[in-house]
Amino acid sequence: MKLLVIAGPPSSGKTSLVKQIVKKMKHDMKIAFFKIDVVKAFEDVELNKEFGILARKFISGDLCPDHASVMVLGDAVEWAETNGAELFIVESAGLCLRCSPYLNQGLGIIVLSSIAGIHAPEKMGCMVTLADIAVVTKIDLVSQAEREVLVQKIKETHPDLILMETNALQGTSLHRLYEIIRKSSDIDAETLVLKGNPPLGTCTICVGKKEIGWKHHFGVIQKLDGQTAEYLYRGE
Amino acid sequence: MITELTILPGFNKVGIREGFSKITLSAGETVSIVGPTGSGKTAFITDIELLAQGDTATKRKVLVNGLVPDDEVRCNPCRKPIAMITQNTKCFADLSSEEFLRIHARARGIKDNSVVDETIELANKFTGEKIKNDSRVTVLSGGQTRSLLVADAILIGASPVILLDEIENAGIFKQEVLRIIQNTGKIIVFVTHDPVIALLTKKRIIMQNGAVKKVIIRSDLEVTAAYNLLEYDKRVSIIRERLRTGKMITEELVSASLA
Ligand SMILES: Nc1nc2c(ncn2[C@@H]2O[C@H](COP(=O)(O)OP(=O)(O)OP(=O)(O)O)[C@@H](O)[C@H]2O)c(=O)[nH]1
Ligand SMILES: Nc1ncnc2c1ncn2[C@@H]1O[C@H](COP(=O)(O)OP(=O)(O)OP(=O)(O)O)[C@@H](O)[C@H]1O
Ligand SMILES: [Mg+2]
Ligand SMILES: [Mg+2]
Ligand SMILES: [Zn+2]
Ligand SMILES: [Zn+2]
Repeated sequence: MKLLVIAGPPSSGKTSLVKQIVKKMKHDMKIAFFKIDVVKAFEDVELNKEFGILARKFISGDLCPDHASVMVLGDAVEWAETNGAELFIVESAGLCLRCSPYLNQGLGIIVLSSIAGIHAPEKMGCMVTLADIAVVTKIDLVSQAEREVLVQKIKETHPDLILMETNALQGTSLHRLYEIIRKSSDIDAETLVLKGNPPLGTCTICVGKKEIGWKHHFGVIQKLDGQTAEYLYRGE
Repeated sequence: MITELTILPGFNKVGIREGFSKITLSAGETVSIVGPTGSGKTAFITDIELLAQGDTATKRKVLVNGLVPDDEVRCNPCRKPIAMITQNTKCFADLSSEEFLRIHARARGIKDNSVVDETIELANKFTGEKIKNDSRVTVLSGGQTRSLLVADAILIGASPVILLDEIENAGIFKQEVLRIIQNTGKIIVFVTHDPVIALLTKKRIIMQNGAVKKVIIRSDLEVTAAYNLLEYDKRVSIIRERLRTGKMITEELVSASLA
């Protein structure tokens, strides 16, 4: 199974890009889609209705969505594999600018909107630096000169990224992306590791609570299926 | 060097194949694209700008000197032989005009920074209120932005192919623009609703329902018509400028413009 992890700020065009990929590739391979978001997500229903592909979502609630994805992605990969998916697309919420959801295998794609401002790519840290590919969307809304200025800025800050531009509503100029996806290697679910470093302060001790004894502490552990509270880790 | 662009047919908005077998544009040629709003004029030049390979809404393909351009030419602005002025009149980049142009010059592989001042100077010939080097591109008016982008396309884009989408709008001086880009040996494509511009080009491509309906070569009679219209247009501009600067229309202007 091939894996795509797609990140990017809200409304940058992640889902629109996913739709183009699905439209293009669903005849060649079985696709499963997974959306992680913080409060609400509609992508699972939308993708399933529009293309009839396997789709589900996970709401991270109080957690950093990238933290949540580390916990549930193992289950989600298993779900996709069990269902015979050949391409598994994960759309992250892309809200936490400290973390990035990319893994050591598959492809990491950052989706950036051309109208989000020239400094946005620099501010997004490892969400951009750890990606393999950057897709700049909404090029239909800006001038050619401005597109080239934005692309130049991204290239200067991130010389190793593969850069592409598209009007994600029409899927223009995405042939190269489809090629890269087709040629990407299958993942090995047993050895999936987060590319970036997790943030500091992942549990109550890390964030500075000094009380001694497990009763005073909890970390954040949650399964893909089941209620949050039941699986909150509170020691033995 | 580009000597020739070839456009291969795609499909109209309802999926019917376009009627032409290919359209070839050669260096030194001026072309206008006309047709009702929504007929696919912008889509046509966007295909050229993207050097489409069946991967746009129209499914057209564009060849450079008869060959499929490689990815590098399609994606690297430094190697892209095409400059386009879009209908957009807004910039979102939070940069001064000078910074904007300097980064764009870098993107286009230009080392000499004097191009920045020259571009702003040229832009100011096209527009009313002056653009300053430190004016932020986000606060320029629609007309000022278009002027800056036209100047940028000519001097920084400096490409053998220039695509202009409705330059007559946004109140910039089209006479001035036309004068500068005439006889340059470039391929120049105007999307236009303006009869003067349409008649000043040798070829007219008529769009309908997302497809090329017809390609017309300008007749000798139309050349005469173009120059008559141009004179008329100049008088209209004089009156427009007088009105813009708060002056009144005089008796002689009225009789001259109606003559
Ligand atoms: N004009 C234009 N609009 C676009 C483009 N890509 C996306 N949009 C629009 O931008 C809005 C957001 O697009 P989505 O694809 O939902 O963005 P997203 O990144 O999935 O958003 P979240 O998942 O909510 O963070 C929608 O209204 C899209 O129609 C584009 O290339 N051009
Ligand atoms: N052959 C086509 N197939 C599918 N969609 C098309 C085709 N041609 C144009 N369109 C779409 O139709 C819409 C209108 O086209 P376009 O913007 O090119 O019109 P236009 O002639 O430039 O209009 P205006 O004069 O208002 O600028 C766009 O969304 C464009 O993508
Ligand atoms: Mg989305
Ligand atoms: Mg248009
Ligand atoms: Zn985080
Ligand atoms: Zn800890």
